[in-house]
Amino acid sequence: MEKTLVVEMKNITKRFPGVVANEDVTLQLHKGEVLALLGENGAGKSTLMNMLVGLYRPDEGEIYVNGKHVIINSPQDSMALGIGMIHQEFMLVGNLTVAENIILGLKDLPTVPPISEINEKIIELSKKYDLKVDPTRLVETLTVGEQQRVEILKLLYRGADILILDEPTAVLTPKESQELNKILKKMLSEGKSAIFITHKMIEVLEFSETLMVLRKGKCVGIKPTASIKELSEIANLMVGRPVLFELEKGPFKPGKVRVELKNVSVNSKTHTRKTLDSISFTIRSGEILGIAGVAGNGQQPLSEVITGLMRVNSGSIIIDGEDYTNKTPLQIIKAGVSHIPADRGRMGIVGDMSVGENLSMKKYRTQELSNHHMINKSKVRQFASNLIQKFVIKTPTQFTSAKFLSGGNIQKTILAREINSCKGILIAVYPSRGLDVGAIESVRQNIIAQRDRGSAVLLVSEELDELRTVCDRIAVMFEGRIMDIMDAQDASTEKIGLLMAGVERSEECDS
Amino acid sequence: MRFIIEKRNEKSKKMQVLIPIYSLLISFVLGAIVLLLSNANPIQTYAAIFKGAFGSNTKIQYTLVKMIPLLMCGLAVGIAFRLRFWNIGAEGQYVMGVIGITWVMQFWTWLPNVLVLPIGLIMAIIFGGLWGGIPGALKAQWKVDETLTTLMMNYIAIGIAEYLYISAWKAPKNNMGTVKYPDFAWIQRFWGKVHYGIFIALILVVILYFVLYKTRWGFELNMIGKNSEAARCQGVSIKKNIILAMLLSGAIAGLAGGIDASAVTHSLTKGVNSGYGFTGIIVAWMSGLNPFVSIVIALFLAALETGSDALQITMHLPSAMGEVLQGLILIPLLAGSIFIDHRIKPARVKGDK
Ligand SMILES: Nc1ncnc2c1ncn2[C@@H]1O[C@H](COP(=O)(O)OP(=O)(O)OP(=O)(O)O)[C@@H](O)[C@H]1O
Ligand SMILES: [Mg+2]
Repeated sequence: MEKTLVVEMKNITKRFPGVVANEDVTLQLHKGEVLALLGENGAGKSTLMNMLVGLYRPDEGEIYVNGKHVIINSPQDSMALGIGMIHQEFMLVGNLTVAENIILGLKDLPTVPPISEINEKIIELSKKYDLKVDPTRLVETLTVGEQQRVEILKLLYRGADILILDEPTAVLTPKESQELNKILKKMLSEGKSAIFITHKMIEVLEFSETLMVLRKGKCVGIKPTASIKELSEIANLMVGRPVLFELEKGPFKPGKVRVELKNVSVNSKTHTRKTLDSISFTIRSGEILGIAGVAGNGQQPLSEVITGLMRVNSGSIIIDGEDYTNKTPLQIIKAGVSHIPADRGRMGIVGDMSVGENLSMKKYRTQELSNHHMINKSKVRQFASNLIQKFVIKTPTQFTSAKFLSGGNIQKTILAREINSCKGILIAVYPSRGLDVGAIESVRQNIIAQRDRGSAVLLVSEELDELRTVCDRIAVMFEGRIMDIMDAQDASTEKIGLLMAGVERSEECDS
Repeated sequence: MRFIIEKRNEKSKKMQVLIPIYSLLISFVLGAIVLLLSNANPIQTYAAIFKGAFGSNTKIQYTLVKMIPLLMCGLAVGIAFRLRFWNIGAEGQYVMGVIGITWVMQFWTWLPNVLVLPIGLIMAIIFGGLWGGIPGALKAQWKVDETLTTLMMNYIAIGIAEYLYISAWKAPKNNMGTVKYPDFAWIQRFWGKVHYGIFIALILVVILYFVLYKTRWGFELNMIGKNSEAARCQGVSIKKNIILAMLLSGAIAGLAGGIDASAVTHSLTKGVNSGYGFTGIIVAWMSGLNPFVSIVIALFLAALETGSDALQITMHLPSAMGEVLQGLILIPLLAGSIFIDHRIKPARVKGDK
């Protein structure tokens, strides 16, 4: 079968102050195929794709689309060429409806857009591709999975033939990823093509025909996916040396209770169903409690009530024997609680401040970094450079604005800050989101090290593998309730799967 | 061809310097056109503005005296702006400061002489601070939009001041205005018209620089301004800091009023709403919220004002022309500051058919 080239990027080089993000990279995408683009955090994947959609311009090299040399100056240009991208951080406007988001930025729109026509077209598209969303809903009321669908619809609506998906599954549940795979396959059968960035090796095998690996901005390998026999092959290519996954985990020696929730409930502003419904559990010193469940079933509110960011309507939260119900975030931080939030861009990082400042944001008020009310800048510098080294954060300097880091390195910055400042209680929500294989292992190892040192850890994750290898006990959440709590070794995939879907445990009565 | 404006990826240092210079050039060209149309020689007029501001010792003194309240109002507004709290109420806070000091000067006659000025200035600080704190508290507690409240409170403050100097506190013999403050409570001059208030303003610059750039609190304000949700997650109280920052912002604007009243006008009278509070917004904005840069901007704006006041006499231009020129010079400068963060480029599609 003769393959036609739809996109060719030739000898692309892109430099930013202090880094070469892409160096002499050549990429080819054929019609009807999925190209998986792989590489460590900061390898230059997003940058390369951003040049294809006109957010950056290459310093050197040329881009051909459908055989023609093109210069892409803006997202509008790339849209006109039939290229559409779903970015690593979603670019939806929360207080607009789904339909409004989809038509936002569209050229040639009449001043008063024919909303009903647009809605119909959206419904038609969503039927065709089996993407269920209500065009009249506000985007801020959607789950991440639904937002993802809106992003895809946006591309389809604009008639994109070349789809770029930058870590689209990082925030999806395995089931949602499967659905995405189906949608992709359907689109490919219509002659569309896609470039797919991911850190999940399994998906590479399932989704793609060809894979291309970047390392430190350079292309280090292009292979047909079918030729890959072992997942470790890809990892070797990405990192440049064999990666060994061996988590060191000490024996389970739980100590005294550090965190206790008693019948904690939070009413929802929009639903009659409670956001959190009578949650009770304890976390002991030296123990990792995992929270499993489909995203949007109360995991994030749960982390926010413990950290004082959300008020509870009833019930109590006890930390080290003292009542911390509805205390301020600062009081809770002072009680020793660290928090890796779910939404790194909004809650975790201040993009316009430097990496060093972001690293110091938990400790600037302690004697370690300041002297009464004055911040000791030289101590901060020392502190930041230590953390950057220890957590292998890729940044030109610690004075670089955090927003210029790659997605995974922003996540590492938050992890470094929170793990470093952890004083006995760690609330980690999707901590390995967006990290490359190596970084995921080191985060897991870090969390386990906290536990072995006697910390109490709450780990929210969607990945059963992660929960099973890291946690000591696993709780399953569904619609704001805890369905069951079990020891990690008893947590079979089927058992958790049923609980996650809301099927009550009725026959078995063990505890 | 259409043009689009997009955010620059990096703030360029070069642009930060070049853009104000280009803007200033555009300003002068615009001004020149207007001047030519009204049969005035632009070069001579600009020279006259410069001479009017710096041409003699007296003129320099006038400019410096104007700079003091401008600088302080710029600092005041800048603190609130750091939090993205759009305090456009420095004018009202300034006026309340004048009312505060006047109250002490006029009615606290039982105070020992040496204490009248200090207590008066403290009262200016308190009055201004409260006037800033109220919209701060409204915003923190009930999310009431601050642009509306601060703007409205300007008019309330000006109204109260008018009522006081026209009727309640009016000096018996005058048409309007309170009695002059006792002369032992005036801020002294040390060089012609220039008074010691200038040192208070300059010390304030240094203090604020330290507070904003070196202390934990300054760090917290910076965090809130740049991502308030992340700041909250790090344990920084947004409510408390909005109120604190607005108390401080109002206090500095109030102190500016107190200083100007006790050094220049020596009473509460017509003209107390001099516009310093509004021009302070421009100082804060153009200085990029940097206290030291504020000095330069305040001096520039003060010079522009005294310089164009002089046009009427030296160039026989109508007095309104001075104001027109000021506006013409400011608009490109303000517009230009957008391009430090953004760039304009043609929207075109190459390569497709
Ligand atoms: N606008 C920018 N200014 C400066 N440096 C940048 C900018 N964008 C990216 N970089 C740098 O370029 C490098 C590549 O970043 P990129 O976002 O492409 O990585 P990535 O492969 O997508 O990583 P991740 O898996 O973490 O998302 C990084 O070192 C990053 O710091
Ligand atoms: Mg990326």
